[in-house]
Amino acid sequence: MSALQKVMGWVDDRFPLTSTYKAHLSEYYAPKNFNFWYFFGSLALLVLVLQIVTGIFLTMNYKPDAELAFASVEYIMRDVDWGWLIRYMHSTGASMFFVVVYLHMFRGLMYGSYRKPRELIWIFGVLIYLALMAEAFLGYLLPWGQMSFWGAQVIVNLFAAVPFIGDDLSIWIRGDYVISDATLNRFFAFHVIALPLVLIALVAVHLVALHEVGSNNPDGVEIKKHKDPETHIPLDGIPFHPYYTVKDIVGVIVFLMVFSAILFFGPEMGGYFLEANNFVPADPLKTPPHIAPLWYFTPFYAILRAVPPMFGSQFPGVVAMGMSIVLLFFLPWLDRSKVKSIRYRGPIYKVMLALFIVSFIGLGYLGLLPSTPVATIFAQVFSVIYFLFFLLMPWYTSIDKTKPEPERVTG
Amino acid sequence: MSQEVDGQKVDTRKRKFLIAATSAVGGVAVAGVAVPLVMSMMPSARAKAAGAPVEVDISKVEPGMLLTVEWRGKPVWVVNRTKEMLAQLSKNDPLLADPNSDMPQQPAYSKNATRSIKPEYLVVVGICTHLGCSPTYRREVGAADLGTDWPGGFFCPCHGSKFDLAARVFKGAPAPTNLVVPPHQYLSDAKLLIGVDMPKDHLQG
Repeated sequence: MSALQKVMGWVDDRFPLTSTYKAHLSEYYAPKNFNFWYFFGSLALLVLVLQIVTGIFLTMNYKPDAELAFASVEYIMRDVDWGWLIRYMHSTGASMFFVVVYLHMFRGLMYGSYRKPRELIWIFGVLIYLALMAEAFLGYLLPWGQMSFWGAQVIVNLFAAVPFIGDDLSIWIRGDYVISDATLNRFFAFHVIALPLVLIALVAVHLVALHEVGSNNPDGVEIKKHKDPETHIPLDGIPFHPYYTVKDIVGVIVFLMVFSAILFFGPEMGGYFLEANNFVPADPLKTPPHIAPLWYFTPFYAILRAVPPMFGSQFPGVVAMGMSIVLLFFLPWLDRSKVKSIRYRGPIYKVMLALFIVSFIGLGYLGLLPSTPVATIFAQVFSVIYFLFFLLMPWYTSIDKTKPEPERVTG
Repeated sequence: MSQEVDGQKVDTRKRKFLIAATSAVGGVAVAGVAVPLVMSMMPSARAKAAGAPVEVDISKVEPGMLLTVEWRGKPVWVVNRTKEMLAQLSKNDPLLADPNSDMPQQPAYSKNATRSIKPEYLVVVGICTHLGCSPTYRREVGAADLGTDWPGGFFCPCHGSKFDLAARVFKGAPAPTNLVVPPHQYLSDAKLLIGVDMPKDHLQG
């Protein structure tokens, strides 16, 4: 027995190192037919690590104080060695996190990855998405620019629209009657401690649930149905390591090329990743002429604006916005199709999914624009399509003509 | 109820009771600890003190002009309305969502046609009732971007809500209600105090 084997043996007697490695990497059998769309899960994990590491280094120089915050970010950008790089990695990382997460979610929609037995994986995933949105919103207040301030003002006021308890609720969230130093300080606490812990825990259970039931694949068929009678290894499965670790490294390299291109040549992305108004310190007495949230929130913001006030309250718009995300949780039970993958779905689902994507992107675009009567009508049409995609799903997926699923994956 | 576990008689009812009692006591402890944590997020004594009233000298506000003062960190506008502006107010009534100020968006002493104590001075919190942006003062009648029928008022750039010069919201705007009139009183002709209600015995005609 070599020295290394001895050490491993010593550890394994005290901690399940080898068995954990086998269960999650070298003997975790993933379907052999993963395609392009399967890059984004591992990329999301990469961006999470990137955000945590760059975030730790940013906190070394950032000051969560309404008097000092704006200047401390400029200090990081100008005077701290490599501070500009760390800050831009963090701000670019935030947007790229949403890019990969949206593509990852779209993959789930296409291949029915949320269907039985993967309902919990999907629910944990939606929770991750919610935590990520909260994390991004809280973090955006920290530079204490004009958009930080007024963006937070608008979002916290959404809670004030809740009947009866709204005013007290929004005061409790702010810790003051307006967005102030108290708000900044607590958002900092949530952004750097509370939500990262929640996110990491959710990612852990997302992966544990995934490895319990096994990955879905572009054909949407279960590889565990056909196992080798002797080894009990799925016939269409290959070990995650080395096959998919190597594949994912290719994805990582391409992703980092895109990431670096943005980071070095356009970290503000023409105002989409960092808004111009946020380079002006927060002024509680003056709203910037045009307020738009960052691009990853605009679809929901457009839904909010599309709903007119009712009964002297804007609560219905807030409810519509909330429902547009809550509906995602019910997706596994709304879908009644006999097949999982888009490859074997009928024309109705394909049309509905296409309409949904067009509406989602359309809402995202409209959410960036100032509201005009024409834009509002478009936003209302897109919002209706968005909701109908979910609400009519039990009906149209059950009448849709599906093709027969293959027994084994098709490569 | 009792049953055999590992060859011993076990009183399972007692067990269940003890589990429930322990959980309940533990739950009370958790709730008790949560209260101070949750309440610590309410405005501190210092934040409450900062909500003190502010005194404003309004003698320098020319007719037609707007003065912004800060009260509780919010912009409060004082507008010295001209005769023409006041004459326009009643003409707006059919276009407004709440022309008679029936919604409780103002103290009782400002629930009138001009939504003010003195007709010419409008005192209002400059925060849109939609989502908290600060509207802009657009006094020019028929402004090119707001339409030739624009009677003068306030326009919120965030979501397009429109208010007239009594800060009453126009129908069809995203904002559900009129702007809020803060508690205020006149200490003298030139001195305005924002943040304290007018004493009842000083009600002016």
